[in-house]
Amino acid sequence: MSLLAVHDLAVSRGGLRTLEGVSFTLEPGQALILRGPNGVGKTTLLRHVAGLQDPLEGRIEMAEDAAAYAAHADGLKTTLTVTENLAFWAAVFGGAGIAAALEAMDLSALASRPAAALSAGQKRRLGLARLLVTGRPLWVLDEPTVSLDAASVARFAQVVRAHLGQGGAALIATHIDLGIPEARVLDLSPFRARPRRVMPSRPAGFNEAFA
Amino acid sequence: MIALLWRDLRLATRTGGGLGLGVAFFLILCTLVPFGIGPDRAALAPVAPGILWVGALLACLLSLDRIFALDHEDGSLDLLATAPLPLEGTVAVKALAHWITTGLPLILAAPLFGVLLQLPVQAMPWLVASLLIGTPALSMLGAFGAAITVGLRRGGMLLSLLVLPLYIPTLIFGAEITRRGAEGAATGTPLLFLAGITMAVLALIPFAAAAALRVNLR
Repeated sequence: MSLLAVHDLAVSRGGLRTLEGVSFTLEPGQALILRGPNGVGKTTLLRHVAGLQDPLEGRIEMAEDAAAYAAHADGLKTTLTVTENLAFWAAVFGGAGIAAALEAMDLSALASRPAAALSAGQKRRLGLARLLVTGRPLWVLDEPTVSLDAASVARFAQVVRAHLGQGGAALIATHIDLGIPEARVLDLSPFRARPRRVMPSRPAGFNEAFA
Repeated sequence: MIALLWRDLRLATRTGGGLGLGVAFFLILCTLVPFGIGPDRAALAPVAPGILWVGALLACLLSLDRIFALDHEDGSLDLLATAPLPLEGTVAVKALAHWITTGLPLILAAPLFGVLLQLPVQAMPWLVASLLIGTPALSMLGAFGAAITVGLRRGGMLLSLLVLPLYIPTLIFGAEITRRGAEGAATGTPLLFLAGITMAVLALIPFAAAAALRVNLR
């Protein structure tokens, strides 16, 4: 039983078709890296997998409540402390292990700081630590390494590999080399939706009338 | 859900949470009216129930756009939508948090501000009772408006235009209860109507608001 199976998916963003004919499966322990130029539809595809949008065509098969989504925005409340932010998401998802998650993303020393006092990279690390407290098997990550330094990227790769080792899976859109050698790579450029030939909306005789 | 309620209450009470803003607005409004109409008891007392209710309505409106807009900005709303909570429950909890931080302080402050407007003493319990029954509907309808306008930049103005007409039934019966209370007349009928409106709103609106959120998150 694969964690995620995508069949012949077509997606749109803002009413425009961006990708079509995308198919892939993700088994437990696997990671898939999505590549492609800006605007090809990586984020849109991930939002579909996360369940925020409905596909135009095709289908997405996965167990209910399997995916944990991490978007460009980290969903942090700046007036709450690092621990409070994480404890909230742990309570919502019914997960546990806040201390372990802080340790894994090297945030233990910052635990009682308000999130407003964190740097961009530290906020990102907190956003990623949230994945660990959700307890969900499929991580859907949208450019997870933005504003992370090299050491943090390596640390994050370790966390992802540990997650894969426990039977989890990850779907990651990224432009850089994450350092997860076992991950497969899917280039989305060939799936870019071809612009449909616009059907003539005027009657054939319209121009002739003015000719 | 309890965790969400606690988080929203905690956010409201921290710096920049806007707690007390509604009550302060209510106070200023109730202070301005005697300046406009004159402090004469004969002039103020008849309009006091209406002014108090309109004031409570506007004060409630002030903080509505915070219900979903802040969570949408920082990405929490996307994450809440993918969380195991039903979106209808999220809407209901957020409306409840709004009521606790805005509606409840208004109810507690209303008798005090009623004195400023020369509201007769025998009307005070009815004012409190009508607000207690009516304001939950205000918060829930506001959550609906906030859900519709969540993706819009500067959606606050549009939110007011959408929500204020929906407040009319609550305003009519709420003010009527207080007016009848001031005159010593029977208040049973408007009280039942107000309670009915609030019940219907609390039962139906979470579904409508959740549907609006789903569309806006696409």
